This record gives sequence, structure tokens and C-alpha cells, in this order.
Amino acid sequence: MSPIETAETAPEPASKIELPAHLGGGGDIPTFDVTLRVRRYDPEFSSESTWEDFTMTMYGTDRVLDALHKVKWEQDGSLSFRRSCAHGVCGSDAMRINGRNRLACKTLLKDLDTTKPITVEPIKGLPVEKDLIVDMEPFFQSYREIMPFLINRGHEPSKERLQSAEERERFDDTTKCILCAACTSSCPVFWTDGQYFGPAAIVNAHRFIFDSRDDAGDMRLEILNDKEGVWRCRTTFNCTEACPRGIQVTQAIAEVKQAILARQV
Amino acid sequence: MQVHKYDVIIVGAGGAGMRAAIEAGQNARTAVLTKLYPTRSHTGAAQGGMCAALANVEEDNWEWHTFDTVKGGDYLVDQDAAEVMAKEAIDAVIDLEKMGLPFNRTPEGRIDQRRFGGHTRDHGKAPVRRSCYAADRTGHMILQTLYQNCVKHNVEFYNEYYVLDLLTVEEDATRADGTPYKQKRIAGVVSYDLATGELHVFQAKSVILATGGAGKVFKTTSNAHTLTGDGMGIAFRRGIPLEDMEFFQFHPTGLAGLGILLSEAARGEGAILRNSDGERFMERYAPTIKDLAPRDIVARSMANEVREGRGCGPNKDYVLLDLTHLEPAHIDAKLPDITEFARTYLGVEPYTEPVPVFPTAHYAMGGVPTNIATEVLQDNDTIIPGLYAAGEVACVSVHGSNRLGTNSLLDINVFGKRAGVAAASYAQTAEFIDLPENPEAATVALLDHVRTSDGGEKVAAIRKDLQDTMDANMQVFRTAESIDKVLADIAGFEERYSRITVQDKGKRFNLDLLEAVELGFLLELAKVMTVAALHRQESRGGHYREDFPDRDDENFMKHSMAYLDTNVTAESSAEHIAGIRLETKPVVVTRYQPMVRKY
Ligand SMILES: Cc1cc2nc3c(=O)[nH]c(=O)nc-3n(C[C@H](O)[C@H](O)[C@H](O)COP(=O)(O)OP(=O)(O)OC[C@H]3O[C@@H](n4cnc5c(N)ncnc54)[C@H](O)[C@@H]3O)c2cc1C
Repeated sequence: MSPIETAETAPEPASKIELPAHLGGGGDIPTFDVTLRVRRYDPEFSSESTWEDFTMTMYGTDRVLDALHKVKWEQDGSLSFRRSCAHGVCGSDAMRINGRNRLACKTLLKDLDTTKPITVEPIKGLPVEKDLIVDMEPFFQSYREIMPFLINRGHEPSKERLQSAEERERFDDTTKCILCAACTSSCPVFWTDGQYFGPAAIVNAHRFIFDSRDDAGDMRLEILNDKEGVWRCRTTFNCTEACPRGIQVTQAIAEVKQAILARQV
Repeated sequence: MQVHKYDVIIVGAGGAGMRAAIEAGQNARTAVLTKLYPTRSHTGAAQGGMCAALANVEEDNWEWHTFDTVKGGDYLVDQDAAEVMAKEAIDAVIDLEKMGLPFNRTPEGRIDQRRFGGHTRDHGKAPVRRSCYAADRTGHMILQTLYQNCVKHNVEFYNEYYVLDLLTVEEDATRADGTPYKQKRIAGVVSYDLATGELHVFQAKSVILATGGAGKVFKTTSNAHTLTGDGMGIAFRRGIPLEDMEFFQFHPTGLAGLGILLSEAARGEGAILRNSDGERFMERYAPTIKDLAPRDIVARSMANEVREGRGCGPNKDYVLLDLTHLEPAHIDAKLPDITEFARTYLGVEPYTEPVPVFPTAHYAMGGVPTNIATEVLQDNDTIIPGLYAAGEVACVSVHGSNRLGTNSLLDINVFGKRAGVAAASYAQTAEFIDLPENPEAATVALLDHVRTSDGGEKVAAIRKDLQDTMDANMQVFRTAESIDKVLADIAGFEERYSRITVQDKGKRFNLDLLEAVELGFLLELAKVMTVAALHRQESRGGHYREDFPDRDDENFMKHSMAYLDTNVTAESSAEHIAGIRLETKPVVVTRYQPMVRKY
């Protein structure tokens, strides 16, 4: 990468500039009607799951999460889903929207085909608890198994450990994971084989295996070399497409596979 | 109902709660109760950085950091606490690096540092590079790293357990001077398991409150839906005072209309604000440090530009954050997430177009009062043995009337660690306090009321009305008139709240029920904030009274302490509000005498 300029070397911006006229903004925000078709399930009242339609008027800047809130807050308070930060960093609201895993808070309605009902279902492969809420425990269990923490056997320096910018860059992509499970629950292998670690756990192993400060790469590679480990991945790329953080998940898995092979020769 | 017994109970699994858990968990039998999965906590949303005078890239020291914190807080900061924080900052950052946090690095491989508003070299001479960061997802990396280390140390979590009550008992006691008083003691907490709807009582020798902020009191906010001030509300209901609640920070650069934060790191990296004339207006308001002036000053300047007709957009109700003079490669390297927010949510390309922004409710400077050992205070000088608080729920007070950017991620690490150490060491010698009879009674009554009330009022409608009036009347400009309006509105909301209907009648994952409970906290806290704002007839930091535009050290250089007090009637209260008693607490001043805050 070519050297980039820093705040210190950048030229001082002009005190005043001509703003193009359109920067005033584009007038009124358009509104439109949408129908959400939500997969409902509440074992307290019925063992069956059903589809339910909700129709409402929404704005062009609204997201699927806004539509779900509108249902919950104005039409049916029992509609249940997890959410927190509402801007794609906490990972609470991964769900299947029109058959694809996404975060409800990062999916703008206007980017979907609103002439047809928008289907919303829980992510697949994890036990459904109620409506869009699934049991996340199996997912976190796999995560914990890859020892997702820095293990350093060297003596502790009194200050920080040194790491070059290049070494830091090596695992940057996989540090972005928010553990939303969009990748793991989009993986056909995970759907059929509940034992497979799944992409998210491998991504988090990658984050440590390629961290120059970590000394336990071998142990993690050993774990992932297991029959339920990386070799189950069939490189369908669903996970990479599903990742709301843009992590190159399939590539990370491939790098882990290569590391295992390189270690074996 | 189940009863559990632990030495230490930590309420909340954000940065403060998990930092405490890593310490307490290794020294005492500890459990963390959290209404969210730990990694969903809002610490993960923090972007810009965590400051410490490491002096990795230029000369710096903790004394300059202390000074900036005190001045930034407009002298309402307790200076002993600020000094502790600035000194321990250096170890706090190094601790995180050793735990594995992937900080950005300098060419020499050390932790890189960048500028942030209000952080200066040598007492205000020039901006200093003090903020340690991991791109613009520092909070995410802190939250992940702390969770990873909790996994490493086998910390026990109860996920999706909502704590709804503190179990306190009162004992007759006598002060040194012979006066009798009621000493509070902590026996445990009551919590609600979201998955089953069952109540669980946790008896504990030590309890740490780490429940985060209360931004959902406002409409436009950078805070998560779940930041409803539960810990503050629970404590207040148990007679524990709330300190400095009138001070709420409005961050200058929320995405217009949405409130989603664009970190100050953008301005730290060189972005600037412009009005509809294309003018870099901060040159007028803060000639020396301009766009990097503290948040309250920048936020008011922006609101003032809009008020005076220099706003942009169809309704002229926002200003612009201009990054177009920065290299795209620089933006990508340092600010990838926040520029993505502008693209995703507003469809604006920050390389080429300035981004619409307006102040967004961001941070509660006030909270549950503690001393520098994180022990919770039941009045100005009396601690409640075994009860601790750290993070945004607490008020130590290191932020005074206005928090500097990057000082909160620092606060949660420094005081989270202190709380964990102190709670475990207290539990090693203390005895359990007997649980009161029917410990769950108050919680059962609260939930029964919410579940069975049937007046047809909707929780979401009341919450929206509350947030609207708070944005309109309690934001960056306040007057007696606007504050009175909020108080009158809240009285109406309380009446409506007594008539709410919760639709979901089930026991499993009943978030409908919990949103109603959370609204109860929001209403209570909004009222405390507003009454305290009415009382404070001066302008200081985040609290700006147009009818009292100057800081008044003679009458108001003191903390406010709000108590729930049913003996206070509308007639007997100076603010004419029943049920809240306002007192004050002196500010701790060590080396810095108040000066005019100019930048
Ligand atoms: C968008 C954004 C960006 C920010 N950027 C920065 C920055 O760059 N630098 C900086 O210094 N500061 C920043 N801040 C401020 C800082 O991130 C927060 O103040 C800090 O992270 C709060 O941490 P906490 O541990 O106190 O609370 P949180 O991380 O909010 O955690 C609260 C915890 O309490 C739990 N909880 C709440 N209520 C209950 C209950 N009733 N029962 C059980 N559990 C409960 C939740 O589950 C959660 O685990 C930012 C804030 C925001 C919103």
C-alpha cells in the first residue's frame, strides 16, 4: 500500500467553498406500502408455525427492522425478535429476509422488491424459540471450542507487544466478526450436520491463528482438522455473501485449510 | 422461583461489566447477569478510541490528560477521580493489548494514537495524539477482547436475564458525631429470565451495577434500543440518589434524522463541518481548535447555525460533515465503518459528497454516585458496603458536565477493573446479608401491574411522545419554559402509563412486557433529568440554559443529587415536583481552579 497522508500532513481545508445546489437534499422522502410475511411460532400456544402478513406504509429510508418495529408497536405486540444497536454492529437481528440471511437493521426496504410480500424467517439450523428468535447456544458453543482468545507463552513485556502494521493487517478482516450467525446459519453443511463448527467459529480461529502475537495456532489447527472442522466446508460461498460485515469468510476458511496442510508437510 | 448464591453478582456485560468479571471471576465465585448476550452490548458500537497518555507518537503525560478532562467537564469533574483515571489509563490500554486487542500500530510496531476533541498538549496549547484505536471499531474490539477473556477465564454468564430490582436492607446506625441514620446494605438482586418468564433471586455479598446508559430517553440518539437506564432506575427506586442527571451529552455528528453516530474520529482525521453557505463555521465559534472543540460547544454551534437559518436540506435542519478533501485511501484505512453508515443509511458517498449530520443524544454524564473505589454512595459521604457501580451507569465523576471523547472506553476499563477487584476482595471477608422476606415481592407487583393493566394505552406511543418532547425541549438549548413543558408532559405520560395494555400474554420471550417495564425506567429518569435541569440555573458543559447563559461557580459549582422522596409534595418542593428531593454535593478540587473554558 502506498503511504497515506495523515491528519498532520493533509492540507488545511478551505474556510469556505461553493456548495453544489443539490446538496440541499432531494425534497420529500418517498413513502410506499409494504407487506411483511413473517414466520410465526410460539410453542406456548401452538406447535405449528404459520405465516402471517402485515401491511403498512413505510418511508424510503426505513429498514426491515423499522417495519418489524411498526408491527410490534402498532399492530401485534407479541411479534418477537431480537435487536439492539439498530445499525449493524451488535449482531442481534440476523434473520432470513426474502430467503437470504441479513441483518434487519442493515436492510433497506427500498432495496427489496416491495411489490411483493417480503418474507421474514428465523435463521436456519438453530432451534427456533419463538417467532424470529432462535437458540444461539449451539452457535456460541462452537465459538468457544476454538479457544477464541490470545494465547501467548512468551514473557510479558512491561509495555505493549510490538506488532508491525503488516502483521496487524494480516488478520484485520476476521476481527470484524460480530457473531451474528448470518454466515453459519446460511451454510448448507451446518443445516444438515449440527456438529460442524460452522464458518463463524473458523473465522474467529483465523483471527488468532494469523495474529503474530499468538502462540496457539497449532492447537487451533488441530481442533479444526477434526472431522467436524474445516474439511466439511464445501466452498459454497453462502457465508461470504451472508456476512453483513463484508468479511471474506470463504477465503478465511481456505487460508485455515492451507495452514493445516502446510503444517502437515 | 429459584434462589442462587454467589459471592459477586455483576449486572451487565458491556465493557465495564466484563472488565470487572475478568478480575472478580478469578478471585471470587462470580456470575454476570445480562439482558443481552454479552457481545450485543453497546460498548461494541463505540468507534473512535480510548485515550491514554502513552506518548507513543508525541510528547504527552497523564497530568495533561487530567487537566483536559477537568476542563472538558467544565470543572464539575471530581479531580481526584480524573487523576486516577488518567494515571491508570496507561495500564488499562496495555492490559487490553496483552489480552489480545488488535490496536492499529505505528511504523515501529507500537500502539498508534490519534487526535480527539478536547485532548491537548500542555494545558490547551495544541491538539495531541492521545487516542488509541482499532480502525473505527475500537469499542467492538474492546467488547470482543473482553468477552474472549471471559471465555478464557470461564466466567459464568446468565444471558437474557433482566435485573429488575436490587435487594437492599436498612439497619440503624450511628455516625461518628453521634447522629443516627439508616445504613443501607445489599443482599442481592431479582432478575427475570427472558426465555421462560421466571423470576430468579440472586443472593450476593457484592453486587456491581454495570448496566450502561439511558439514551432512549431521547428520540435522536446514538444509543441502542436497549439502553433504557435500568440500573439507574432500579437504584433510584431503592432510595439511592442519582448524581448530575441534568448533564447529557449530545454528540455533534449523528446521521441527520437517524442519530446513528459518525465518530469524532472523522474530525480527528481532518473532516470539518460546513453550513449551507459552505462555510467552515467552527472557525467562528472556537478559533483555536475549531472542529475539534469539545462536543457540547460543537453541538450548540451546529444547532445555532440551523436556528439562524444556515442549515442544509429541504427543511434546513442539519449541517454537513465534509470529508471530501481527504484521500479516499486515508478514509478507507481509518474510517471504514462510519463512511459505510453514510452510504448504507443515507445513500451518500463521503469521498465526494459531504454527509448530513445533526447532534444526537449520546452519553449520560450522570448516574449512580460512587467514590473512586467504585463504592456506591447512599448520600454525600456514606457508602453502601458491597454495592459497586462502574461505566456509564455510574457517576464517579470523571466526566463532570461534559465527557471528552475516548474518555468513556477508558472509564469502563479503569473503573470496571477497580470494581471487579474491590467486589471480590470485599466478598472474601464479608458475610451474606439475609434476604428480606419475599424478596421478589416488589418485582412481582411491578410485573403484575404491567401485565394486567388494561386501559388500552400503547407503550410505544407513550415512549414516542416522551422522546419527542425531550428532543424538542431538553436538547442542546434549554429554558425554564421548555423544561416546564417537559415536566407537564411527563405528568400526562405517567397517567397514561398507569393505563397501558401489553398485548403479549405469554411467558416465553415476552419482550412486549419488558418494553413496558423499560418505559417505566425511562419516564422516571426523564423526570429526574428535567427536574435537575430546572434547578440548575446556569450553563455548564452539556447543560445549556438560554435564560442563564453563563457558568455560575458561586452558586452551582456542585453536583446535584436527586433522591426519590415520597414526603416531597409539589408545594414543598422548590421545583414544584412531588416525589423528588434535590440536594447538592461538593466537587472535589485538587489542583485546578476553575477558569473560563475557551478553546
Ligand atoms: C455509537 C457510540 C460510539 C461511541 N464511541 C466512543 C468512543 O469512541 N470512545 C469512548 O470512549 N466512548 C465512546 N462511546 C461511549 C461508550 O461506548 C459507552 O459509554 C460505554 O461503552 C458504556 O459501557 P458500559 O459497559 O457502561 O455499558 P454497555 O456496553 O452499554 O453495557 C450495558 C450492559 O448492561 C446490560 N443491562 C442493561 N440493563 C440490564 C438489566 N436490567 N439487567 C441485566 N443487564 C442489563 C446490557 O445487557 C449490557 O450488557 C460511544 C457510544 C456510542 C453509543
